[in-house]
Amino acid sequence: MSVPPQSSTSPVEVDDPEVGSVPTADVPWIVLVWNDPINLMSYVTLVLQKVFGYGKEKATALMLDVHHKGRAVVSTGSREKAELDVYRLHEHGLWATMQQDR
Amino acid sequence: MAPRIRRHRRGHVVIELDDHERRILTDLVDQLRTMLMSGTEPSLRRLFPIAYTDDDTHEREYQSLVHGNLLEHRLSTLEVFEGSLHQTSISLEQAESWMGAINDLRLVLGTLLDVSEDDGAFDPEAESAFGHAVYHFLGALLEQVVEVLFTTLPPPSR
Repeated sequence: MSVPPQSSTSPVEVDDPEVGSVPTADVPWIVLVWNDPINLMSYVTLVLQKVFGYGKEKATALMLDVHHKGRAVVSTGSREKAELDVYRLHEHGLWATMQQDR
Repeated sequence: MAPRIRRHRRGHVVIELDDHERRILTDLVDQLRTMLMSGTEPSLRRLFPIAYTDDDTHEREYQSLVHGNLLEHRLSTLEVFEGSLHQTSISLEQAESWMGAINDLRLVLGTLLDVSEDDGAFDPEAESAFGHAVYHFLGALLEQVVEVLFTTLPPPSR
């Protein structure tokens, strides 16, 4: 299974960017997991370990962040990578979204 | 009490469920499959989540890309689960499907029951008592499958 990119995020020529603005394609994407009342804490920890290869300590800390703060950033990267990460979390029924980190 | 789903020292996974419990699970699988095949039940929303909350165009693209894959994945996971539901011992690969299927069933049942984190004590007189009992049963099974699968994780890569 793969999630091919829908649009290129390779650099395009930007003639006259607004002062101080960062070209959209260069802003990294973050993947968020949101707290939900159904998924078990142990299950969320296991999925984070399985999908991202995180150790138990890191996965547990992220799960607790989700639980206590309502959400946590679980990965970052290009749009393509973030979309694949989101897809794999969706496969496991986690409530994951992605957005640009600005 | 020993877990009803546990890893045997020889590697496989032992399943101790009675006929009644297996029948309930079979019924749930049938119901979920019917819902998945029929398409657009709102109670399935947790199985097909939104990726882009503030970008409709990207969200439409994402859904058109992944919806079919997610549906296929869920149906095949259910099929493996159903196919091994009568067994007293399953492989670790089958246990992965048990985890996926039980979690999908919980997500849909939890959505239908509108559960929240501060749900009060179990009320046996409530109209939804059976649904809640099944929901808790699924939660207990899932905990046990998760414990089994924790033992299969490779050492951390980062």
